[in-house]
Amino acid sequence: MLMPIVVLWGIGFVAAVILGVASRIFYVEENPRIKGVLSLLPGANCGGCGYAGCNSCAEAIVNGTSQVNACVIGQTEVANQIAEYLGMAMVDSEIAVATRDCSGGVRAVKKYEYSGLDDCRAAMLYYNGPIKCNRGCLGLGTCVNACKFGAITMGPDNLPIFDPERCVGCGECVRACPKGIISIISEKSKILHWNQYTECLAPCRQKCPAQIDIPKYIHYIKDGKFKEALLTIKERNPLPLVCGRVCPEPCALACRRTISDDPVAINYLKRFAADWEMNSGQRLHIPVAPASGKKVAIVGSGPAGLSAAYFLCRLGHEVTIYEKRSQLGGMLRYGIPEYRLPKKILDWEIEGILELGITARTNVDFGSDFTIDFLRAEKYDAAFMAVGAWDEHSLNIEGINLNGVYSGTNFLERFHNNESVEIGKNVVVIGGGNTAIDAARSSLRLGAESVTIVYRRSRDEMPANPAEIIAAEEEGIEFCFLSAPTKILNDNNVVDSMEILKMKLGEPDPSGRRRPVPIKGSEEIIACDMVIQAIGQFPNLDFLGKDKSNILQITKWNTINAEEDTLQTDVPYIFTGGDCFTGPGLAIEAIAAGRYAARSIHYYVTDGKIPPIIDKQKSIISESLHQSIVGVAPKPRVHEPIVTLQDRLGTFKEVEGTIDEEDARYEATRCLNCGVFCYNQDLEEQSDAQTLN
Amino acid sequence: MDLLLLAIGAIFVNNILLAQYLGNCPFCGVSKKLSTSVGMGLAVIFVATLASIFTWFAYHYILKPYNMEFIRTLAFILIIAALVQFVEIFLKKQSKTLFNALGIYLPLITTNCAVMGITLLNIKYEFNFIEVIVFSAASAAGFTIAIILFAGLRERLIIAPVPKAMQGTAIALVTAGIMSMAFLGFTGMVK
Repeated sequence: MLMPIVVLWGIGFVAAVILGVASRIFYVEENPRIKGVLSLLPGANCGGCGYAGCNSCAEAIVNGTSQVNACVIGQTEVANQIAEYLGMAMVDSEIAVATRDCSGGVRAVKKYEYSGLDDCRAAMLYYNGPIKCNRGCLGLGTCVNACKFGAITMGPDNLPIFDPERCVGCGECVRACPKGIISIISEKSKILHWNQYTECLAPCRQKCPAQIDIPKYIHYIKDGKFKEALLTIKERNPLPLVCGRVCPEPCALACRRTISDDPVAINYLKRFAADWEMNSGQRLHIPVAPASGKKVAIVGSGPAGLSAAYFLCRLGHEVTIYEKRSQLGGMLRYGIPEYRLPKKILDWEIEGILELGITARTNVDFGSDFTIDFLRAEKYDAAFMAVGAWDEHSLNIEGINLNGVYSGTNFLERFHNNESVEIGKNVVVIGGGNTAIDAARSSLRLGAESVTIVYRRSRDEMPANPAEIIAAEEEGIEFCFLSAPTKILNDNNVVDSMEILKMKLGEPDPSGRRRPVPIKGSEEIIACDMVIQAIGQFPNLDFLGKDKSNILQITKWNTINAEEDTLQTDVPYIFTGGDCFTGPGLAIEAIAAGRYAARSIHYYVTDGKIPPIIDKQKSIISESLHQSIVGVAPKPRVHEPIVTLQDRLGTFKEVEGTIDEEDARYEATRCLNCGVFCYNQDLEEQSDAQTLN
Repeated sequence: MDLLLLAIGAIFVNNILLAQYLGNCPFCGVSKKLSTSVGMGLAVIFVATLASIFTWFAYHYILKPYNMEFIRTLAFILIIAALVQFVEIFLKKQSKTLFNALGIYLPLITTNCAVMGITLLNIKYEFNFIEVIVFSAASAAGFTIAIILFAGLRERLIIAPVPKAMQGTAIALVTAGIMSMAFLGFTGMVK
């Protein structure tokens, strides 16, 4: 009886001795602070922080690989204690909460297409009824069970509802969700995120260059939550007042309602939300991340520069804008006439951006007043070149250098330089883009008796916004399509008339537009005393030649050379974007480029490398393209107030007005709140479908 | 050849999980995710092989000479517990990467019946030293294969429309039963 006890005791004793010796020999020098931090942690070993137990979490905090607020149970109180123990100052940290990107509910069902048929009964029966969605929420409530903090409940429409008060952003629900529709969103991740093919994106969200969550803000407007609506816009676009006025709405082209109705007036709604803030007189609070200690210089203050400055500032970096002209705004100020975008409004918008804590220095010309070397000496961690496309292409015809011949951008810029703008009686504008229309409409307002736009293709090929063309026609601007100027005739060195040659449309060129072909012997003379040519712009990069320290490369299209996926130039700490990288484009494209550059710069100055975007959405997701929409009855679209013709001419008063609250809330109900292929059917239809089920 | 048969027999025919029903707690507890089940499986292979070697020596050179075979279960518990602790201390100092990979699972295995079962089976079948190593590594590999397959099934089960009463462990055990029946198909492959 004694023997087994002795043997067992012996084994135990030997094991204890070995373990004791081993713990001495293999003792790992541990930072005593780990123990200190561990004693402050709740000790629940829940794993919510992502580490294996509180011990590992404490180690990560002390080693600096994790934040002091890593513990998801302890929240702010514990984080403060740990910060105090480690001798760190606790600054306002960002709140990250869970959200879902699925509107679920009773949505339109996916149809089974078969051999061109819209809906195949057999296929539907084979797959046990209609599929509601193959991406969206399944309504199983896995996330509810996964949440350790009781922050998730299943709503009445079988979709999870998140309680931001209780959510600690631990990410357990994200890991539990089998469909990947839950994500942890902080203000920072909203800025850094870029659309992916795997997401549930409404067609308009896919088409908007700035990737604004359009259905979301329209939904807020419908509910009368204008503040939330505007904040949703400002997550992606710092210039809603500007875009609400000048954006040609690429999103509306993709609007699913266009299949059988007019598109939702998305831009009127954006303009309404933006004007609501301005008219309330009080600016909304825009959250800004704690200072990162990194400095970024922005060269150019057009939409790209302002957008990059805004997003970099919100990411916590110190931003300085350098602008060559006397006021900020770039093309928005010097290229867009007053009657489309009143300068007072632009000033208010820019002021709001600068108030976030951005320094702006005007009247400093890159290349002559300062150089890349200067930026290095000033200890900037990165720079963003957004100098735009300001030079006008010039026709190579006789008489182009005569007095009375202007370039479009130059003509429009004169309104701001207190230069007297002399206007002729008969003005001819050459070109078919927005600059040409702006120049023509401005000439008319300055008192020109007749204004003619000469364009070498037909109206359908004009690159200008259709709304602008219609407005120009209404105002009495004459269009001379399919005509190319061949020479400008003079009388004593002053423009007297212009000879044009008639054209006809031939084969489409690489851009898809039909190429104009001259008709021999069809020359005509039109009388004019002033010619404005606006046939396309390109970046003015002369300053690169002036700067001896310059090492930036220029492409054969006369744009700054950069990596398309990162916007990083040949000089790693210099980024570029907007018109000077892509050639002339839309304001909203420049704003998007600003945020894209801000993303790259943020990663570059914090991590040193820029992670690629996986599954980056570049073209329209094919499953979101529908042939028809079922259960949606046409609903008339609102019209914005427009100043009468008599009131327009002779003044630069803003032509288009903002819709009122009632109209805005009505227009918002026209939105189908689309997902990638689902959409809301009209309510009557829905209840019918429910009773059938 | 005999060793190969021994290994195949241990992995498929007498699978420690599905034929002998040992180690059911980690089988249900750590099989919710593929990544954790892989970690668990590797840790079991590592510890089971080591434990078998140590217990085999202890049995043949301490217990057997003193005719103490009957306390082997108790003695093995002691040895395995001490061994796992030792391995943890050792790894923490010597191989930080291995510690980080196996660290969380090591303490879980201390009282694992699969490891215990393998060490006791080694004695029951009167294996020699080489056979002990092959048998214990193969048995643990069988455990790993089963738990990885099972985790794959459970990841799919989460999104399957399971009746409320059957959700969670209930459906997991039913699935395990069906898997076990599938593994019965290997019976007779090796005598």
